[in-house]
Amino acid sequence: MKRVYVNEEWCLGCHLCEYNCAYANSGLSDMAVALKDKKIFPRIRVDGEDRITFAVSCRHCEDPLCVKSCIAGAISKIDGVVKIDRDRCVGCLTCVLVCPYGALAPGENGTMQKCELCLENACGEPACVTGCPNRAIVYEERGGAE
Amino acid sequence: MKRYVIIGNGTAAVGCIEGIRSVDKTGDVTVISGEKHHVYSRPLISYYLEGKTDLERMKYRPEGFYEENGCRVLSGVRAAAIDSANKNVVLDNGGSVEYDALCVATGSRPFVPPFAGLDTVEKKFSFMTLDDALALESALAPDCRVLIVGAGLIGLKCAEGIFDRVGSVTVCDLADRVLSSILDAECASVVQEHLEEKGIRFLLGDSADRFEGNAAVMKSGERVEFDVLVLAVGVRANTELVKEAGGEVNRGVVVNESEQTSLDSVWAAGDCAEGFDASAGANRVLAILPNAYMQGRVAGINMAGGEAAFDNAIPMNSIGFFGLHIMTAGSYGGEMTEEREDGNVRRFFTDGDLLKGYILIGDTGRAGIYTSLIREKTPLSTVDFEFAKKYASNLIFSQEIRRKRFGGVV
Repeated sequence: MKRVYVNEEWCLGCHLCEYNCAYANSGLSDMAVALKDKKIFPRIRVDGEDRITFAVSCRHCEDPLCVKSCIAGAISKIDGVVKIDRDRCVGCLTCVLVCPYGALAPGENGTMQKCELCLENACGEPACVTGCPNRAIVYEERGGAE
Repeated sequence: MKRYVIIGNGTAAVGCIEGIRSVDKTGDVTVISGEKHHVYSRPLISYYLEGKTDLERMKYRPEGFYEENGCRVLSGVRAAAIDSANKNVVLDNGGSVEYDALCVATGSRPFVPPFAGLDTVEKKFSFMTLDDALALESALAPDCRVLIVGAGLIGLKCAEGIFDRVGSVTVCDLADRVLSSILDAECASVVQEHLEEKGIRFLLGDSADRFEGNAAVMKSGERVEFDVLVLAVGVRANTELVKEAGGEVNRGVVVNESEQTSLDSVWAAGDCAEGFDASAGANRVLAILPNAYMQGRVAGINMAGGEAAFDNAIPMNSIGFFGLHIMTAGSYGGEMTEEREDGNVRRFFTDGDLLKGYILIGDTGRAGIYTSLIREKTPLSTVDFEFAKKYASNLIFSQEIRRKRFGGVV
């Protein structure tokens, strides 16, 4: 299946992916209304410092530890996509404890959120990828099951 | 058609069902469930009392889970014995169920020390099951004084869960610190101070000598009046079925990496079972939810004829109280290094070139990166561990490793 992959050497560290993610998942149709003067809670984060930067988001692992570890049974893998039911999440952070990639973080209301590939918001494909000015993140098929 | 039987209906049972079904879509699965509830998440009972979840959202799997997985659930029925010679589980209602593969997922039960005068206490509760939580809830009132015996994970989550619904909460423990199973003395005092600031009162290094109706007379001589008593001293693994059937049992049911017990065609998973703690190099009961699921799943896959092993189990906990978060993992031997900044505590325990354990208080972001170093026994010489001590980041890995992690299928 298609996933978001990182070309680290092309990352400019511009953080645009974070803003595009937050906007895509805001449910709003005006970017300024969605983001201006607000603390954003993107599901992709630029990690690293100085000259080395790269975007980190859910890897949609073949064998996801977060799914097995969620104490509320709120994380599941459906058709290859690891999804979280935020209505059932209690914010215990056990998924943060086990995710080897550091790909989950709490959202504004304290429940966890994660990249779900923009398949269920208005974008239909990852907004971080669409808006990346340097193709440092791409959405493509690179083999693997499912 | 293969007949699978699972004793228990908690997280390990769900893991077992999903493990079986990943291999065998058609075999006959029977779940023996002592509790009459649809499978729910045990650790959520404190969140339920706190109002952060409800009975519907506490379901660990959706309503149609058993039907979709072709499971027959014997609800309100308990296993009385395992007849391993005849591959038969004897039920407490007089019936029996034959198996080709059996998973014992019986969990644990509260351990209640023989306190003198406990029978004189009118309102006393354990805090393990949903029924315990519902019973406790019915006794709560805005002005009631609650005494919780036990300052471990269960006792303190209970304290947090009920705090806004009662007049006062006092927690006592024979140990001289809170969360003694997962925190060292200094980290425990950080957490204790935070809880005291919120208004919880502690009596540590002290326990009830005897109860006299609505009062506990402590070993120190102090008399603590209360309206509601919660007993959260500890838990014991439910090993009796396996032991009486002649299976090997220590503190929990002894299992190998495939979750097989010493009995033929019998597996065990979850809080009733021991596991190999890869961080300590020894067997112990790892009574945490992720471990229950993973053991159950591995058991189920093997029961159905597949091949799976669980060889990198470690103790780990993510727990928060009134906004302060704590994460711990692994074991705390070896050399300790600490970073403190802005009230955040990061303690790392290393042995030679390996990270063995950590304790984080406050900032716990991306802690799974640390956990993976323990689980995967990553040589610290291959990562930038000095950087890692200050901040959990993928920057600690080499570019080549990062290319695999973020450019490949994982």
